[in-house]
Amino acid sequence: MLARLRQPWSDQRAERTLGALAVVVLLTIALMLTFVAIRAWPAFQHNGLHWFGAQGDVDQQISAMVNTGANPSPEDYQFGAWPLIWATILTTGIAVVVGLGFALLSAIFIVEFSPLALRRLLVTVVRLLAAVPSVVYGLVGILVLAPFIGDHLISAERRKSVEFVIQLSGPGLLVSVVVLTVMITPIMIAIIVEALHAVPRSWREGAVALGVNRWRAMWTVSVRVARPAILAGAVLACARALGEAIMLSMASGGKGFAPNPADGLTFAFEPLRPLAATIVENVESLNAPAIRANVYAMSLVLLVSTFTLSLGAWMAKRSMRRYGVAG
Amino acid sequence: MATLGLRAPRRSRHESLSSWRIRDRIGLALCWLAGLTLCAVAGAIVLYMAVRGVQFLRPELLFTAPQATLDQSKSGGFLDPIIGTLLLTVIGIAIATPLGVCTAVWMVEYGRPRWLARMVETGIEVVAGTPDIVIAIFGLALFQQGIFSWLSFTSADGAVFGRSFLTAGAAMSLIALPMVFGATREALEAMPRQLREASYALGKTQAATIRSVLVPAARPSISTGAVLGMGRIVGDTAVVVVLLGASLRVDPTGAIPGVDVLRGTGGTLTSYVYNNSPAGEGGAPEKAYAAAFVLLLIVLALNASVELISRRAGGGVLGLGRS
Repeated sequence: MLARLRQPWSDQRAERTLGALAVVVLLTIALMLTFVAIRAWPAFQHNGLHWFGAQGDVDQQISAMVNTGANPSPEDYQFGAWPLIWATILTTGIAVVVGLGFALLSAIFIVEFSPLALRRLLVTVVRLLAAVPSVVYGLVGILVLAPFIGDHLISAERRKSVEFVIQLSGPGLLVSVVVLTVMITPIMIAIIVEALHAVPRSWREGAVALGVNRWRAMWTVSVRVARPAILAGAVLACARALGEAIMLSMASGGKGFAPNPADGLTFAFEPLRPLAATIVENVESLNAPAIRANVYAMSLVLLVSTFTLSLGAWMAKRSMRRYGVAG
Repeated sequence: MATLGLRAPRRSRHESLSSWRIRDRIGLALCWLAGLTLCAVAGAIVLYMAVRGVQFLRPELLFTAPQATLDQSKSGGFLDPIIGTLLLTVIGIAIATPLGVCTAVWMVEYGRPRWLARMVETGIEVVAGTPDIVIAIFGLALFQQGIFSWLSFTSADGAVFGRSFLTAGAAMSLIALPMVFGATREALEAMPRQLREASYALGKTQAATIRSVLVPAARPSISTGAVLGMGRIVGDTAVVVVLLGASLRVDPTGAIPGVDVLRGTGGTLTSYVYNNSPAGEGGAPEKAYAAAFVLLLIVLALNASVELISRRAGGGVLGLGRS
């Protein structure tokens, strides 16, 4: 057997074997969609599209499902995921918007304006921030930022004003967004830096030769050419933020509450819990069919959204080739 | 002698900022601000974790097994989580590396039919963007099927538990796969055509060229990808919580020594930090800080080795690779 393996492979055999492995990867993705969709089906079967709507307190619905036993009736599946979806949209949206501006400026700095020593340091820093495990970010969020915000930024009056609706203790929208921004910015910086590097130097030099200063040349030539990559970076960061479970489960406050922008500044301190964090926190009770269906339904929503985002980013990157720039 | 500002333009290495419009100057200032903030944030995180780590980390914590007790003086250290992290990383990367390398080789060197190659390429991008929690929960659904009962604990009534080092390692391999694939693919695509042609001219087949020329030449990149993948596995918590059980101790299942550990549940450093933080049930922030510090050291060491490999291979240090 081993002797046969050591013999040189024929081309055909090598191609078939390697191709089969590649197909295994594809099959895994198909399996992923199928399995998650099958397990999620009862949730949509019994709720219809109301699953995406608001139907009262999410946390109460989940804890009620724990006690429904092995054969729940259709009413037991009742669930409205809107507070969780809203929390996901809020954290992801704000973090990506804030992070994008920051990432763009940092990327321009790294590529064009930074002194060499600082550039080396920044490259290391970006790699480092991208590599720090999310549980460490979560730890910083819950043990450093949340107590600070709880002790110094939330006044007693503010706490009292929403006393009967929600307890403000520190972990919440603000902590989540700040930590999430730090987590996703390195991804965007890496992609944007790569794209800016790919823009031919002569194009920028041409602009400078026409009498434009370096900032203008950067902004009007490189950044404009790199627009698809910037979009791709934002979209990939979006996918990452959507799926961030552990950090948000630690630092978001863990309440199925939909923060209300109409609350003014209080809005920033209100606790919430996005979809991914909800999945992590209900893993122990997956034996109850009602919870299982709903948790898999949340996974399906995440899976479909990240699939779409990844494909979008892929297409955006491809469109950079239109300029003759490898993306 | 200067006649009314008709000085020759000062041409130092840095052009004079005073000629810039105010908007451009603000933009440049913001760039500096962003860059420095980035350094400050990273520095603050690392320094804070280091201070806390040095404050709470005792050597005996590394070598004693954890105990489930509320009394923190008796709850032991995190020997088992460290073993869990090592074991899971080894399993995950052992699956991901061959799979990633083979897929990349097939795509670059053969890639027929074209549409299939394009689908595989897209598929791997999609896997790279899929959240770890979704991969984990898919793994749970998959490995709870009857045919995978040999991978994990099966209860008396025939329900498959689906949680073990093997199942978690398999899910982890999916997380590390895009790293290995991407690095290998880039290396193969960057290789000059002549390398292949020279090998063909010597009478080697394509398969032999791949085995004895291309893959050895791509080895530094493959190791970079594998180490990056290891970093992802070490830092992942969601898969551990869902598929490994995130228990305190390594709990073997079955009777065969060695295999029982692989089929059993356990925990890693990440799940240890998670469970000991205020978010988990055990409120032991000191232990969480100490374990997080060890975790951070491992990740930093992996990061440094990536840099070392790419520097030794002569790769550009400044090119921020695909991460």
